[in-house]
Amino acid sequence: MRKYTLNVLMAALAVVLLLMAQYHVIDNYIQAVVMFVGINIMMSTSLNLVNGNMGEFTCGHAAFMCVGAYVASILSVLCFGSKFGDPLFPESMAIFVFPVIVIIGGIVAALSSILVALPSFKTRDDYLAIITIAVNYMVISAIENMDFIGGSRGFQGMKDTVWAMVDSTPGWLAGDNDFPWVFLYVVLFTGLSIWVIRRFITSTYGKGVNAICQDEVAAEIMSVNTNKIKTVNFMIAAGIAGCAGGLFAHIVGYVNPQSFNILKSTEAMVMVYLGGMGSLSGAVISAVVFTGLMEVLRSQAIMDFLLAPATFVFPEWEPSAGVIKWVMIPLMLVLIMQFRPEGILGNKELSDVFPKLKKYYTFK
Amino acid sequence: MDFIIQNILNALQWGSFYALIALGYTLVYGVLRLINFAHGDIFMVGAYIAFFVAGFLLGPAIGLSPLMTFALAIPLTMFLTACVGVFLERVAYRPLRRKGAHRLYVVITALMCGLILEYSNLAVLGASRLKFPELVEKTVWHFGGVTLTNLKVIVIVAAVAVFAFLNFIVTKTKIGMAMRGISYDKFAIPLMGIPIDQIIVFTFILGSGFAGLAGLLFAMSYPVLEPFMGMLIGWKAFIAAVVGGIGDIRGAFYGGFLLGFIEVGVVTVFPSTYRDLFAFTILLIILWIKPTGLFGMPQSTKI
Repeated sequence: MRKYTLNVLMAALAVVLLLMAQYHVIDNYIQAVVMFVGINIMMSTSLNLVNGNMGEFTCGHAAFMCVGAYVASILSVLCFGSKFGDPLFPESMAIFVFPVIVIIGGIVAALSSILVALPSFKTRDDYLAIITIAVNYMVISAIENMDFIGGSRGFQGMKDTVWAMVDSTPGWLAGDNDFPWVFLYVVLFTGLSIWVIRRFITSTYGKGVNAICQDEVAAEIMSVNTNKIKTVNFMIAAGIAGCAGGLFAHIVGYVNPQSFNILKSTEAMVMVYLGGMGSLSGAVISAVVFTGLMEVLRSQAIMDFLLAPATFVFPEWEPSAGVIKWVMIPLMLVLIMQFRPEGILGNKELSDVFPKLKKYYTFK
Repeated sequence: MDFIIQNILNALQWGSFYALIALGYTLVYGVLRLINFAHGDIFMVGAYIAFFVAGFLLGPAIGLSPLMTFALAIPLTMFLTACVGVFLERVAYRPLRRKGAHRLYVVITALMCGLILEYSNLAVLGASRLKFPELVEKTVWHFGGVTLTNLKVIVIVAAVAVFAFLNFIVTKTKIGMAMRGISYDKFAIPLMGIPIDQIIVFTFILGSGFAGLAGLLFAMSYPVLEPFMGMLIGWKAFIAAVVGGIGDIRGAFYGGFLLGFIEVGVVTVFPSTYRDLFAFTILLIILWIKPTGLFGMPQSTKI
């Protein structure tokens, strides 16, 4: 019982969310926010594998998201869209093919992360940071130069798959409303990614990741194959980010290389350092908090209220929420670095902070 | 033949900007072992400061001639930009250094400071691009098919002069000796009676001041200012510094010109959209083969 409490709770929460989405208890906006929470959880936990658990410094995580998003989008349009000729599959297959498409996107992203993993054998933290940023720019620049997928104008047509899934829903499931398939898959993939990361990081094999963080030379001497562990770790992180990108593409229905630039990577980094390095539950909590904060800062009214003293002094200054948001988020991170560099939880799990929770779940 | 010489001149000008900014990166890294990711944005701030200084000096309040303005704008811009750099060091980096924080935290802080500079500029001045006034009258010399403007000459001469000046400071003066000492051993140097903080502030003054000079010259050569102009050129200058071997002044200088030649070469052969792709790919390959750059010293870790 003790082992499964949390899992049952999570499953119940997912089912409740799905039912609420199905019967329009929560409207489309709240659904979208919940989906973005799921995607941000995937991004922050996967980056936490590299930045927190392995102690490397990656700041180009959005590159893999970009690869995953584009691969999934192209496959999606190939299979169910009409942009590149006739659809390969009938509509009724969409429900089963969609997760495969997303996973293939993740696999390609994982393969592309070898670009980062290979130099990381030799180089240390600073230089690795540069390499990851260079990879981020390279991926964006490469996609912008591919004209057959729209280049810098972006790429769309993934909504065909979503509609195909909605249209081919069996009658006993849908009733009168559209069944929220993408919502379901986002929830499933989020759960799956957390499960994979937790299993990996607590396994005997995954302990090597923490060993590298502590002392690479000592880990090498104690028979941890550091190069292999680094590669595997990068690939898992990039694969999950790629899946997140594929889901993101299907939620929004439009991808553009510039939406995966250094700012997106910065968002993921903020989430990791806000939650605490090397803490999985911290990454999840901070992803939820951060996404909520982003949505709050999006509203012009709240921003005007926050900046009321400044606009009172300079009446002709009209700040826009979208810009001020990007002043506040880095400022937040700078303050975190100054006053609480370990983040919300700081290398601890929830069960370490609240020992009573150990009755209900164990992180082993 | 003319075409080749013309492109070489363009590459020299383009490389001069990279070299000027890369020198600042290298100085700070050499002393602090910190990648000052905000340096590209300090360059952007320098260009904006140059714009306002020039506007003020040309304006009705003072009303100098353009050439006098140029002569006065150089020291003023350098001084004000240096103030911005020192302010960043004081507010963001020094407290972290005092706490003995992990280097990673300092690097993240630097990245974030760059973003803050960009977006606060966008918030305060708006997204409309500014037009830089013409300070130096353009004279064009023709040698056969090759055209040479006086601005090009000014930029290239400035880059070489700054390089020579910095080389002199670091290798021949006492303060340069202190800089090299700090990068060699941070803990033994204070015991020798050398004020670490003053030396670091001096380093920031030098690096940011020359970033301001680069901003002024850049704004004169390409007279359109926007808040994100420092982002890409900063990264590229950083690549130049890394390719040359970061922490080494010669490396930054040669790396900047090398990158300039590579980019101009790519643009003459391929479509111009491929420029960034090639620049970053070359960086990756060089770092893969020689992780410490062309002039850098290999670092050994003691076990």
